[in-house]
Parts: sequence; C-alpha cells; structure tokens
Amino acid sequence: MRRASTARLGLAMTFMLAVALLGAVFPHAAHAAEDAWTDIRAAVFGDREIADGAGVIALETPYRAHDAAVVPISVTALIPQTTERYIAKLTLIIDENPAPVVGTFGFFPENGIASLSTRVRVNAYTNIRAVAETSDGRLFMVANYVKAAGGCSAPAGKDHATAMARLGQMRMRQIGDWHAGEPAQAQFMVSHPNYSGMQTDQVTQLWIPADYVRTIELSMNGKPILTFDGDISMSENPSVRFFVKPKEGEKLTAHVTDTEERSFSQSWNVKLEPGS
Amino acid sequence: MGLHRTGRDDLIERSPRGLFRTRRQVLVGLAATAGGFALPISTATLAAAALPFAEIADGIFVRYGLQEEMSAENGAAIANIGFIVGEESVAVIDTGTTTQQGAALKAEIARITDRPVSHVIATHVHLDHCFGHGAFADEIGAGRVANVGHHRLPQALGERGGFYLERIRALSPDFADTRFIPPTTLVDTVTIIDLGNRRLTLRAWPTAHTDNDLSVEDARTGTLWTADLLFAGRIPVIDGSVTGWLSVLEDLAGRNVARVVPGHGPVDTTATTLQRERTYLAALREGVRTAIDEGLGINETVRRLADLGRGDWLLFDAVHGRNVVAAYTELEWE
Repeated sequence: MRRASTARLGLAMTFMLAVALLGAVFPHAAHAAEDAWTDIRAAVFGDREIADGAGVIALETPYRAHDAAVVPISVTALIPQTTERYIAKLTLIIDENPAPVVGTFGFFPENGIASLSTRVRVNAYTNIRAVAETSDGRLFMVANYVKAAGGCSAPAGKDHATAMARLGQMRMRQIGDWHAGEPAQAQFMVSHPNYSGMQTDQVTQLWIPADYVRTIELSMNGKPILTFDGDISMSENPSVRFFVKPKEGEKLTAHVTDTEERSFSQSWNVKLEPGS
Repeated sequence: MGLHRTGRDDLIERSPRGLFRTRRQVLVGLAATAGGFALPISTATLAAAALPFAEIADGIFVRYGLQEEMSAENGAAIANIGFIVGEESVAVIDTGTTTQQGAALKAEIARITDRPVSHVIATHVHLDHCFGHGAFADEIGAGRVANVGHHRLPQALGERGGFYLERIRALSPDFADTRFIPPTTLVDTVTIIDLGNRRLTLRAWPTAHTDNDLSVEDARTGTLWTADLLFAGRIPVIDGSVTGWLSVLEDLAGRNVARVVPGHGPVDTTATTLQRERTYLAALREGVRTAIDEGLGINETVRRLADLGRGDWLLFDAVHGRNVVAAYTELEWE
C-alpha cells in the first residue's frame, strides 16, 4: 500500500516535472491542458478510473465561439440506452471557468438516446470535457479545446425589461415528427438571467449577486426522463435538447428551481403523428 | 464610393498652421517629436488625436471612425463622434473609446468656436462611443455640462462599464486613465434641447441595436444623427433585438430628413444605408426563424446562414456569426 502510494507520488512528480518543462516551452498549452484538470478531476471524480470516451460519446463544440456567453455544445451518445446498460449521468466541465463544473445531467433508459445539446459560458481558452457515467458505474471522457473568453463576467442580457418580465417562463418544443415508442427530440427552455455573480454594477460598485437555475427535473407521466443539477457556467435562459420515447396521451412536466429558491412548474401534452 | 474606406495615406488633414499634409506625415512628425523628448506617448494616442473632423452640414462636425477592429495602432477610434454648434453653446455627440479621443474632440471644438459645451450626449452604452467622457469630467462634475443619455443607459453602463474598461485598457497602457461617467440627464422618450437658435430633438428608442439607443435630430439642417441605429459599410452588430431594430428602421424610413449620420461609415443623403441594413437584418431574421421552425440548433443555423450578406459588409467574419447567435436566442422565444 505504502509502496503503491510512493510509486504514485513518484509518477505524479515525474508528471509535474514534465508539465513544468513543457510549460517552459509552451506555457499556455501546458496550463490549459493539465493544471486545472488535475485539481478538478480529483475534486469531482476522486481516483476513479476515467476511460477514453471514444465510441461511447462524441462531443461537438465550436473551435472558436461566436459569443463566449452562449457557446453551443452537443454530446452525442454512441451506445443505445438499454435497461441492461445505459448512460446514467453526463457531467460537463470547462477547465478554465471559475466554476468549472457546468453541471450533471441524469439520463434514463426511457430516453432511447442519451444525446444532449446545451449552451454554456466560457471564460478563457479552455478544454471542455464531457464525462459519461454508464449504469455499471464506469466513466468515459471526451474533450475539445475551445477558443472563447469573458463569457462568465460578460455583461448579462441584451434586453433587461423583457428578460425580467419573462423570468421563469418555460417552453417545451417538439423537434421533428414524434412517433410512439421512437426516440424523439425535444428542446426544453427556461427564461432566467442566470446571473453568474461575477458581473458588477459599476455605478453602485456592488457585485450583482449570483442568481441561477440550480435544478431541472423533466418527467414523462411521473417518470423522470432528464435531470440537471448545475452551476453558473450554464448560459442565461438555459436550453437543453434531449431525447425521449413518447407514448400516446403522455404529458411532459418540468420542475425548475433556482438559487433564490424560486420554483417553476409546467406540463405539456405530447403530440404524436397521426397513426403512430 | 459607398464605403468609407479612405486610404490612410491619402487622408488630407488641415493643420493648425493652414498647411496640408497627409495624416501619415503628421503622425511621423509628431512621433519624431515625442521620440526626441522621450515622452511616454505611443502612436496609439497620436493616431486617434490626428483623425480629422469634417463639417458635414452647417455647424455639424463629424470625426469618422476607422472601419477597423479596435487596436492600439488605430487608437480604438472606430466610431463616428462629433459635435453640433449653436448660437449659445455646443452639444457633443459621443466621445469615442478613450479619454484621448474625448480630449481631441474637445480641442477641435475649441479650435472651431469659443462657445462653451453645454451637453455631452451618449448615443448608447458601447465602448467605442461613450468612453471618452473623461475629457469632460470636470465640467460635468461642476454641473456646467449636462451629461445626457437614454434612461436605460445608467443601468447598462453599470453592468457593462467595468467589462468594457478592461477591454479598452488591455489595448494599450496609454488608455489607463479612460473612464466612463453615467448620464444624469435622462431621456425617457423625447427631449428637446436648445443650443441657442438651434433645437435638437433627442429620442430614446425601444430596444434595437442595444436597449439604450438615443438619436439626435437637428431641425435646422434636417440632419438625423442615428449613431449605431445605422451602420454604413461596417456590418451592423445586434446587441439588442433584431425584431426591435427592424421596427425602429421602419420608423426611421418614414422620417423626412436631409441626411443621416450613422454610427460607423459615411453620412448618407439617400435611403441607401438604411435599406441595406434593413435588407440584412430582415434576411437574417427570416433565415433564423425558418431554421428554428425546422428544428435546427444554433450551430447548424450558424452554418446554414454563414454567407448571408457576405460581400455586402466590412468586418463580416468578425460579427456575422455572433449576429446569428443573437438572433437565434431572441427569436426562439417568439
């Protein structure tokens, strides 16, 4: 046991030395690549093994973001959601963000496909990581490098009056045709400024307090189909695209809570193509 | 020639001694002087100070911004700024990105007239338009100059001011003393000010380019200073609402004015600038609405509309993709 830890320490030191040497040559590359992640990994996953996620999930991010406060990212599941084995959790991490963990999504076999699209804030050139946890407890990771900066401290909102009047409003959009029992895509949106707590009011010299969506629970006829437990890296007006296998006469329900302990709920009747 | 893209070497400036020199020569001369005395002034400061003012109508002076991205080299002087001279006093319309630009504007006013500045008007929150107010800080502080803006400008500056200052100061250490001063004379809908036999109509618009756009209309010459409600040459930036902006453009199109002063690019005496902008914004809204209806996500929509308007605008690649994202996140809530 002691020998093992010594060996690990030795390995870590070798690694740190390598990083230091690399850092001398490529300071930004080395920093972006490993410094932050080493700490985040330890804090979020401890010493659990994380396997290469190729073949399990694929991550799509823009190489250079158009708007650092709204960076669209998509995770595509490459394995089916069967009751025997399925993607149960998906954690999104932005290494260089002040709060690197965007949040964790929970999936279920009822999704059919555990793919997901959302929008995040990116504060500095960074790796973005998606870590999937399969129902057997194994972790798989993929990562992309994204060029964007200032997304967390960026000024909030383009149109305040509208944004605040709309706070808590929700939408559930069915994307494409929905057929009974077939995985179908939906977009859930909730209007919320998602203040990061990193924006200041220069007139009062006060920080605008953090006020953001903390949890989202989506269910179909009482059975959970998507959960989210998150932090300030989610863009304002959080939006999530996901899949679900609908049945005739079912209802989708959303329940959202934020850090101010507001909560919002709404239900939508599922509309299927005739004859499906 | 449509686009205001004057070759810099050809830009003729009238020097105080009445000689005519190119701007490049002026810059070289000043830089040599500065170098001789080892003054800590870079070309960034000089570039902004050296841009000329043009009298585009009786008593209305405009310093055209360069149709470039902000940089230390161009002094971040990218927006149109200027002033209007009445029989009693002068109104400043926008002060640029830095205290230096504000100071150059102030010096030009003093060269043109001995009438005092009575108003400093900010057309909206953006950093290239109202961050030269520091040059008028003393007069504003003493209450000799009214600091005017849209009623939503103080909040917008509160939320964005610090972020913009960081960006400005990151360009050059020369800009370290740049600051912003939130307006205290607020325009709710329409306010008329009088500069002495010269009445200016200040109009606060609903959300369009930003949520705090203010225009200035001079009845005497029929000049409407729209600032960034109109972009000429340079691609319009959506930082408010594409739908709101199109409504405002419809209103502007119905107004009977002799000329408009856009926030970027040349003065226009026809409806060309307005129509060109309206065409782009309308096509963008239509394209994004269709994409949303078809279920496309943001990335797919950006890809589909990647070339919409390309060829019509300067700095297209720097702004268009972001406009698509802005329109998408607005229109998906329709």
